[in-house]
Amino acid sequence: MSPKGYLLKESDLHPLSLGAALLGTGGGGNPYIGMLRTRELIRSGHEIRIIDLDTLPDDALVGEVGGIGAPVVGIEKFEEGRECYHAMRAVEEAAGVKMSALISAEIGGSNSLEPIIAAAYAGLPVLDGDGMGRAFPEVQMTTFFIYGAPTAPAAIADEKGNVVVFRKVIDMFWLERFARDAAVAMGATAGLASAPMTMEYVRRTAVPGTVSEALRIGHTVLEARKDRRNVIEDVLKVTGGGLYFTGKITDVRRELTGGFARGHAILSGVNEFAGSEARIAIQNENLVLWVDGEPKVMVPDLIVNLDLDTGEPITTEVLRYGQRIAVLGLPVHPLMKTEKALEVVGPKAFGYPELTFVPIAALQASTQG
Amino acid sequence: MIRIGIDVGGTNTDAVVMDGARVLAGVKAATTADVMSGVVNALADVLKASGKAAADIDVVMIGTTHFTNAVVQRRDLAKTAAVRLGLPATASLPPMVDWPEDLREAIGNLSYLAHGGNEFDGRKISPLDEAELIGIAEDIKAKGVNTIAITSVFSPVSDECEKQAAAIFEKTIPGVHITLSSEIGRIGLLERENAAIMNACLRDLSKDVIEAFRNAIASAGIKGKFFLTQNDGTLMEAAFAEKFPVLTFASGPTNSMRGAAFLSGVKDAIVVDIGGTTSDVGSLHKGFPRQATVAVEVGGVRTNFRMPDVFSIGLGGGSHVVETDKGIKVGPTSVGYRIITEALIFGGKTLTTSDVVVAAGKYDLGDRAKVAHLSPALIAAAEARIAAMLEDCVERSRLSPDPLPVIVVGGGSILVDKPIAGLDLIKPDHFAVANAVGAAIAQVSGEVDRVYALAEMGRDAALADAKAQAIEAAVNAGAARDSIEIVDVEDVPLAYLPGNATRVRVKAVGELHVA
Repeated sequence: MSPKGYLLKESDLHPLSLGAALLGTGGGGNPYIGMLRTRELIRSGHEIRIIDLDTLPDDALVGEVGGIGAPVVGIEKFEEGRECYHAMRAVEEAAGVKMSALISAEIGGSNSLEPIIAAAYAGLPVLDGDGMGRAFPEVQMTTFFIYGAPTAPAAIADEKGNVVVFRKVIDMFWLERFARDAAVAMGATAGLASAPMTMEYVRRTAVPGTVSEALRIGHTVLEARKDRRNVIEDVLKVTGGGLYFTGKITDVRRELTGGFARGHAILSGVNEFAGSEARIAIQNENLVLWVDGEPKVMVPDLIVNLDLDTGEPITTEVLRYGQRIAVLGLPVHPLMKTEKALEVVGPKAFGYPELTFVPIAALQASTQG
Repeated sequence: MIRIGIDVGGTNTDAVVMDGARVLAGVKAATTADVMSGVVNALADVLKASGKAAADIDVVMIGTTHFTNAVVQRRDLAKTAAVRLGLPATASLPPMVDWPEDLREAIGNLSYLAHGGNEFDGRKISPLDEAELIGIAEDIKAKGVNTIAITSVFSPVSDECEKQAAAIFEKTIPGVHITLSSEIGRIGLLERENAAIMNACLRDLSKDVIEAFRNAIASAGIKGKFFLTQNDGTLMEAAFAEKFPVLTFASGPTNSMRGAAFLSGVKDAIVVDIGGTTSDVGSLHKGFPRQATVAVEVGGVRTNFRMPDVFSIGLGGGSHVVETDKGIKVGPTSVGYRIITEALIFGGKTLTTSDVVVAAGKYDLGDRAKVAHLSPALIAAAEARIAAMLEDCVERSRLSPDPLPVIVVGGGSILVDKPIAGLDLIKPDHFAVANAVGAAIAQVSGEVDRVYALAEMGRDAALADAKAQAIEAAVNAGAARDSIEIVDVEDVPLAYLPGNATRVRVKAVGELHVA
């Protein structure tokens, strides 16, 4: 990448949203509305520049923005458009600073596009990276917060012009609680902006290169489909992941606890996995994969379900009996699997005290893929 | 009750006469370019075959692809203004933003955003602004457009804004034709709005087509009422269909699946409808097709219609059978309706799937001597390929591990003579005209889809309220009240929302009320 990065083109948006959906590991919300919004901005002449984490000086300030609310509301009452932008401006005002760039909290799903849209309005570049390298359901589950980013001032904005600034918030868990309640009062779609971070801090804590990675994955899927190659094999090659199961879904069980959709999908193996059975635990995203009772991949590593034929990522809400899927395990970035990070995003944090995180090895890809 | 069911497809117009639950006669006639003379011909043929007089017919039900084709071919569409209520929300994406440009241009590319709309819990996003709406109405009037589609945010929760806006438009533009999105679709703003706009722009065509159907029926001497079937396999009165032509989209596959359920007497099954070129596979639940859960495109436009979840493969009675270096290839190309001249058994030169089953001695059709030269190895390989294709699509359509039976219908059903995927096989009488039977037996439905806060009213009260609303909707659509059953209840808790917000969908279905 050149020091000035690259401009996002309209033709990048389909692959970008496809790659973002894949990195959403079953959750993160559908990027369709966000893709259309970005397309409209590009068509009306806005420039969206993606820059490398090495581009800006240490003391430059970076804003992190994302949508917060309920995905099902987002398909009916979608954005005025400037929610995240207004929240970001409110943080600048409260902190008395100016941002130099924006970054995504999560590259997985719809929030991959929110900073891109806010940056288009602000005329700011977007950093090539994010705070997860995937999707997770709560505000505190980013590398930025895990490694001690300031929690205030933060701000949340709705489409009506309401902006709420959180001047003092004692930790990231309180920020999640306040922001969630405010978002519901605002009608369950809102934009959240977090406190400014220095570029020096972001360079140390961001998962690097994930915007480009999502683009690369999306292009790979589309090209493999066009050339009628095996999509799954190509995705494994470009992500460095491994194929952990191939099977047909024989049961999906769901329940709602604590505001989150939890559940399990049961798969019966096909091809080289014939005779084996797998189980995937779900809470918005895919959390743990067991094959024949043995845990094989677990959070924070990525568990990605792809349609066996088309390579289309399958979100957890549309999982159902009879689908034939490939289950890929992608190694999460090292910043997400330190002891500190695992306290927030490891299996125990998602209610599996019996599991100790065992990372999947990136090298397995070459032998298993 | 004596009724006639008609299915107007792209190739064939099928018709049946039924006396109660008995099929008296079924015929296939060619669909004509003007559609109407094909209907007239089919009516004459089927009356003759059934031995019934036109005066005996109580009611006629028609399933048609005419409106779908008009959108796909961008013809006969009225200039339409799209008005959305919800500002400041949703300003980022104007109406028709994801439409193909030629279709948007074909209906005048005229859209407006105005204040109004509701939150998920019924609160107002912003008050309706009468002056703003009068201004929009005057602009629409000045542009010479008199068809409007109104869509308000969360109108499935509250349709008040849409109704108030409609009243304002009607006052300003006398004689204006209005479609409200709340009358058509469900949650999912862009998709519901798309459906409302497509419905509005079909308004003039629907007047003509319904009139032509009415004339065809009258010219056959039939005095009974007539209805059109909609995509969920239920009926709408002609006058209602004229207002909501968009609801006829995808009624073809629905009718054949409903017909299959009726002819076989089985209500939970996988249905395989084998035509000349493709096979449509779907699953039946309580006698109705399972609906698709993802957005379905019509003419390049995303919708969230109540469409059957049908999986199509390129396998039919006229599919080409070709030997390649990788083995036998079957379909997706086909001789289609030219099978009666091009297949080997009819003296043609093309090897088709029908030739294979005749050569294998599985079915008697055409001249068997003309396929006597085919090698047993070729026949066996082609049969194995056909079986594998059917097994694959049946497996895909299974929604539960329960061993459901497989019902095979359609003109291409001769390809099947043994169980698919180890499941029981049912090939009912009159299988070739199952789609017309599906139209003839269609019932009447009402549906509700909205979000309830269960913390306030409790789950039982919410479900009771939704059921009562669905029953009223069915009665309004023409169902006999005492025959109404609730056929589907789905409550989905919504993640991240407090107060146990739950999306409830209920469908009620009843027999047609014939006065």
